[in-house]
Formats: sequence, structure tokens, C-alpha cells
Amino acid sequence: MNHFSTLALTLAQADWPAPLHQATLMHYLVVSAIMFVIGLVGFITRRNLIIMFLCTELMFQAAGLSLIAFSRFHLNHTGETFVIFVLTVAAAEAALALALVVLLFRRKMTLDAEGWSELRG
Amino acid sequence: MQLTPLFEALGALATTLDPAHAEPAAHAAAAVAGEHAAEHAGPILGPLFEVPRYFALIPFIPLLASVLCGLCACLKVKSKLPAWITVLSLATSFLLVCLLYTKVQPEMPDGGHAIIHAFDWINFQYGPDAAQTLTANFSFYVDSLTCLWMLFVTGLATLIALYASEYMSHDLGAGYCRFFAAFCLFVFSMACLVMGDNLALLFLGWEGVGLCSYLLIGYFYKKPSAVAAAKKAFVMNRIGDFGLSLGVMLTFVCFGTIEYSKLMPQIEQYLALAREHRFDQIPFLVQLIPVLFTVGAFGKSAQLPLYVWLPDAMEGPTPVSALIHAATMVTAGVYLVARMFPMYLCSEWALPIVAWGGALTALLAATIGMAQFDIKRIMAYSTVSQLGYMFCGLGVMGAVGGAAHVFTHAFFKALLFLACGAVMHGFAGQLDLRRLSGLIKLPGWRIVSVTMLVGCINLAGLPFITAGFYSKDTILGDAFGNPHTQAIGWILLITAGLTAYYTFRVYFRVFVGPAYYEPGDELHAHDDHAHGHDDHGHSHSGHDHGHGAAHADKHDHWRPHPPGWAINLVLSLLAVATFAAIPLVAVHPHWIDRVVGASTAGALPPHHAHAEFFGFDAHAAMKVVSGIVALAGILIAFYLHYLGRTTAQTARADKLLPLFGALARGAQHKWYVDEIYHFLVVRPLWVFSHVLALLDKVLVDGLVNTVGWLPKALGKTARPLQSGILHDYALRMAGGLAVLLLIVLLLAGGFSGLLSGGGAS
Repeated sequence: MNHFSTLALTLAQADWPAPLHQATLMHYLVVSAIMFVIGLVGFITRRNLIIMFLCTELMFQAAGLSLIAFSRFHLNHTGETFVIFVLTVAAAEAALALALVVLLFRRKMTLDAEGWSELRG
Repeated sequence: MQLTPLFEALGALATTLDPAHAEPAAHAAAAVAGEHAAEHAGPILGPLFEVPRYFALIPFIPLLASVLCGLCACLKVKSKLPAWITVLSLATSFLLVCLLYTKVQPEMPDGGHAIIHAFDWINFQYGPDAAQTLTANFSFYVDSLTCLWMLFVTGLATLIALYASEYMSHDLGAGYCRFFAAFCLFVFSMACLVMGDNLALLFLGWEGVGLCSYLLIGYFYKKPSAVAAAKKAFVMNRIGDFGLSLGVMLTFVCFGTIEYSKLMPQIEQYLALAREHRFDQIPFLVQLIPVLFTVGAFGKSAQLPLYVWLPDAMEGPTPVSALIHAATMVTAGVYLVARMFPMYLCSEWALPIVAWGGALTALLAATIGMAQFDIKRIMAYSTVSQLGYMFCGLGVMGAVGGAAHVFTHAFFKALLFLACGAVMHGFAGQLDLRRLSGLIKLPGWRIVSVTMLVGCINLAGLPFITAGFYSKDTILGDAFGNPHTQAIGWILLITAGLTAYYTFRVYFRVFVGPAYYEPGDELHAHDDHAHGHDDHGHSHSGHDHGHGAAHADKHDHWRPHPPGWAINLVLSLLAVATFAAIPLVAVHPHWIDRVVGASTAGALPPHHAHAEFFGFDAHAAMKVVSGIVALAGILIAFYLHYLGRTTAQTARADKLLPLFGALARGAQHKWYVDEIYHFLVVRPLWVFSHVLALLDKVLVDGLVNTVGWLPKALGKTARPLQSGILHDYALRMAGGLAVLLLIVLLLAGGFSGLLSGGGAS
């Protein structure tokens, strides 16, 4: 943590990156992409079912973010409307997925995704 | 429906063949008729007369009885009900046949025939012309030959069913019902065979009797030898039936019909040519038909080379052996030849084949019969031998002798078998003539012994007092009366001597001499208790011949049980019948002569020179010569097997055995015919089938297995992809998405374009 802050401070003193005067579409998309990749990497690397589920949520929201950004960019409300719908569905899906995780946990008394690898070909 | 093209092809063949043949033949026939009008006895077929239609019930009553016996089996009847149903139905049929005979008899001088139509069966028009129709109705052709056959078929079936009601009583229950159901079905099939007015119905009956024979030989289906014998009989008969079916088809091709009443007038023209010995003008195919029929007849009637199934058929219950394998079914071949006799006369080779086949079979079977020890098997070989006689009779153009011998043989051979069956029944399956002796001295066995003697003198042909003598004599006289067949006559004369010898070998060893017996291998405990044997306790006397004390102890409590009233009654009736048949075949003018002469078998044979037997008339000479031969055979048997015989196992004949050496051994082993067939037919087929099996395994299975193996191999390579690990799937999904994106981006102009576009906004 200390190292990080020191690095950030140093970079800030060096005036890098250049100070943002205005957020562009590109910025939103980069944030969205970073969020998506974090989610993807987390999904692939972590074995805990709950964490994996959180990672999918992250990827979901990354997509939502880019939708809102495009919506604002094109000055219409289609994307925003769409995201509201998506969030509603996501809420329902989250309830379902967590219930599934609970059931799976009760079966094996573990949250490890490897525990279900008997469903192989 | 699928048969339509076949029929059309056959029909087309028939129409193309017909005019080509008919024209020269018709000319010739006209010429012949002009020259020799006096020599003809008239057309083959006499006038048509009417008989009431209820005579069509004759075959169907046994069929109904068969169904009822089957129902008894379903209802688990444990009584003798099926036997009584059978006896009653067969007796009804017999009475109907007798009634039918009274209707036929007045028509006999004209050679008339009647057709009873039961129902339409096959009626198939294969061409535009109304004449191009294959007709085979379920109709019955009635003439004197039909009556002759049906009289002894239904009469003997009734008596033997009565006998079987007692004989099969150890099997009460499902087996009893099964036996009588098959028994009645047999009579139905035999009636179809004999009474059918067309070759298709004859073929139906032919196959039907074959099936019933198979079912009844294999009656003891838990005994491997019985099952093997049944299969052997069935397969052997298939070979013959193949010839018969070819003959029927060829008849249809040549004549366009298979109904006797339409067939016989068409044969007339060829018959006229044959009487002139102008065989070169008769089409080859027409001459081939009777040869094909002969194949069928030799299969069904157990002649060389298809006779080997009949001795094995003795595995069936004895009433079956008596009815099917001695008296009736095996004469179906003789019936076929007699019924188709005009057609046989049209062929240059058919009758010589029949005669020589019959003569060689008669001699071969008689030599085998001389050396066997199983009395039932001796009777089986004797049947084969006597059937050979009948074929000879027909083959030397004496249809009367053949038919007469069928008639007399049916009674005395049934009698012989039933007497042997009574012995087998009473002595727990014992049939070895070395283990039975002097039965006439045992209480309760007198009727069996006396009736057996009656059967034996008939089979041996004891002169003047037996029917068998007269019928055999007619055949011998016919054979010697024809200059071309005197060799056959000599063979038959030798066979007659051998027959007399082996018949009385059985009689002198088993029924007279010192009393002795051993039980057979079917020793049932319940038999002993069921029949209360205390009343004849002294029979086990004077017969310890080196069998250990243990052996004697083992069977000490065992007593044979003599036959009951049903068996004794049937045996006595049959014995009387053999004597009653004498006037029918011996008193001039022969009844049998008129019966055969009035039927299709009465067609006049071509004229041939009359030969004489050393200057005497052949028929008259045979009365003396064959009588002397028969007596000589009996006397030799008397000397070798009766005189001076003090023990059951040995006789004077045994001392002679070394003199004959290989001959005796060969006869004992049935001349190794079974082994030869095994080596020549069974083994090559076995090898061939194994080669085919190998081909099947390597080629066909290989191909199929490869087709099956390919997807499996593919699946095996792809299977690890489904690891069941969630992360793998996710990784592959992400990787795939990445690759896809990369491709899309590259195709869309690369990163630079995208970046520059992005930068611009």
C-alpha cells in the first residue's frame, strides 16, 4: 500500500497521466473493459463459487457501463432503458444463483467448483 | 401378392411351351388311335359321378379332433379324454370312408371318379385369357384308389389310436393331449394328401404329414437321440420335398394345370406315344416330371439314398412308428407314383429308376435287418425293404402288385410294430432280442405272441395262408414276367428269402425258447406298484446266464406287466384283418385288381413281350418258387435260432458269425451308410459353413465394426474436452471469444483503424 501511494504520488508530481479536463467515451469504454477483464480473470482463476458469481456480476456491470456510455454518446435513451431492464433481471438472477450456490453447498459442504467436476464426459 | 411375378413367368412359359408340343403330339395321337383302337382300354379318366357333399367331412373331422385335443391340453385335462375324442372322430371318418366306398363301388367298372368341392382355395388368373388360371381348390378327388388308401389309413388310425390310449397312459396330462393332437393332425394331413384333387393339396398334405412325423418322432423331446432323429427325418424329407415341389411346378409349366381331372386328359396324347415306344417325341420336360416326383417319393417313403431317417424314426412312441412310419405315411410315395402312373408311363427313365431304387433298397435294408438286435429297428428296416418291394411293383409296370402290397403290408406291419410295442411297454423299454426269450410262456403274453406270429408269417410270406404271400407274389410275377426286369425279380427273390429269415429270427429268439427277460432302461417305480404283479410271480425262472448276483437282486422285485384289454383287442383285430385281406388279393377275379384298374393307376402300360420263368408262366411259377424261398428262410431261422437253443443270449447263428466276418460286421453297422453320409455330406457342409462363418466374421463383421468403431474413436479424442471442471470451460469460452474477436478485428481493418477511429471521437 505504501509503495502504491508513493508511486502514485511520484507519478502525479511528474504530471502523468495528463490531467483530465473532460471525460470522453474512450475513458468509459476503457473502464468498462478493465472491469470486464477483472471479472473474467477472477472467474477463471478463483474456485470459490460465490467469488465466481461476483465476477460474473462484475462482467455484467462492465457491459452495462459501456451501454450507458454509448447511450450518452449517441444522445438517445435506448441503452439506459436497456440497462435498467438488465439490472432488474440481474437482481432476479442473483437471487436464483445465490440460492443455487446454497443448494450446491448443502450437497457437498464445500464451495469449491472443483467438487462438481464429476460431470465430465 | 409378391408371388404374382413368379406365376406370370410360369404362365408365360406354359403358354410358349404348349403349342410347340401339342401339335406333333396331337397328330401322333390321332395316328395311334387309328391304328390301335382295339388295344386301348379307353381314356385314363372314366365318367364323372356325384357323391353327397358331406363326404368332404372325412378329413375335417380329425382336424376338429386335433383342435379339441389341443383344447384339452389348454384345460389341463388329466384323463384319457383326448384318446376317446381321437378314437371317436377317426372311427366316424372310417365309417364315412366305408360309406363312400359303397358309392364308388358301382362306378368301378367304368373307372368313374367324383370330385367333392369343399371350398375355393387358390384361384389365380395370371394372363388375359380366362384359361390362364391357376386353380387349386380344397376339393377331394374320389376314385377307387382314393378309397383303397383312405380305408386302411382311417381304419388303422382308429385301431392304433385305441392301442395308444393304453400305450401312452404313463404320460397322462399335457403329453397325452399333445400326442393325440398331433395324431389327429396327421390323419387330416394324410387325408388331404390322398384325397386332394390337385397337386397343391397333395403337397399340403405331404408337408403336413412330414410335420406331424417330426412332432411325433420328437415326442420325447427331453431325449437327445429323439430330437436328433426328428431333425434327421425332417431334413431328409426336405430334400425329397424339394424334388416334389419342382415336379409340381414343372407340371404346371408343361400342362398349365395341376388338377388331376384336367391333367389326365392332357397326358393321354403322350401316353399314346409311349405305348408306341416313341419316347423321342415326348418333350424332355414332360419326361422329367415323374423323375422329380420320384425324388419326393423316395424321400417320403425312405428309399435309397434317402432311407436313413426311417430307422432312426423309431425313437418315437411305438403307435407312431406303427401308423406313420410303417403303415400310412411312408406309403405316400407309393401313392404318388400310383396316382401319377400315366405320367410315369410317359417317361422313358422314371419307372426303371423307381424299380431299381426299390430293388436295391429292398435288398440293402433286408441285409441290415438280418444283423440288428433291436427288434423295433429290425421292423423299421423291414419296412424300408417292403417299401422297396412296392416301388418295384410299380416300377415293373404292375401297379396292382404295388398297391396290393401297400394294402396287406399296412395291416401286418402295423400288427408287428404294435406287438413289438406291447413288448417294449411291458418290459420297460427292452427291445434287445438277446435279452428277451420265450415270451409265450409268460402269463398274459399269449395274445401278443400269437398275433406276432401272424404278423411274422405275413411278412415272411408263408405260402397260401397269408395275404402278404399273395401281394408279394404278384410283384415277383410282374418282375419276372417282363424280359427287361428279370434282374430285379432275382434281387427281390433273394430279398424274400432274407426277409423270411430275419422275421423268424426275431420270432424264434424273443417269443419262443427258454423263458427269460431283463427289464429295459425305462424302469419306472410307479409301473411296478400300479399293476399289482403278485399274480404272476413264477415267470422269472431258469435264466441266470452269468449276470452277477447284484444284477439279479436289483431287478428281483421287477415283473413285466402284460398288455391290457385295449392292446390285446387291437392286436387280435389286426391279426384277423390280415387273414380277412386274403380273399381281397388272392381270389380271382382280384378285388384289388378291379380297385386299381378303375383308378388313374390302371392306365395301360406299353405293350412288352411276356417273359417266362424257366419255361413256366411267371405268376404261376412264383407261387411255388417264392413259397419255397420263404419256407427255406423260415427253416434256416428255425435251425439257427430255435433248435438246440438253451440260453437267451446265444444261438447256433453266433457260431456262424466268424465265417461271414466283414459281411456280418458291415450289416451290423448298417453298411456304414450313416458314416458315409456323415463323411460325404455332413463334414463338407460343416467345413463349408465354418469357412462362411469365418468370412462373415472377418468381412461382414469387420465392415460393420469399422463403421461402429469410427465414431467411437472420434468420441474418445474429443472426450477429454468435457473435463467437468468449470474453469476449463470458462477459459475455453474466453479464449474462443478472444480468438473470434481477433479475427473480426483483423478482418475489419486491424487495430490501427479501430484505434484511429476511436482516437477521432
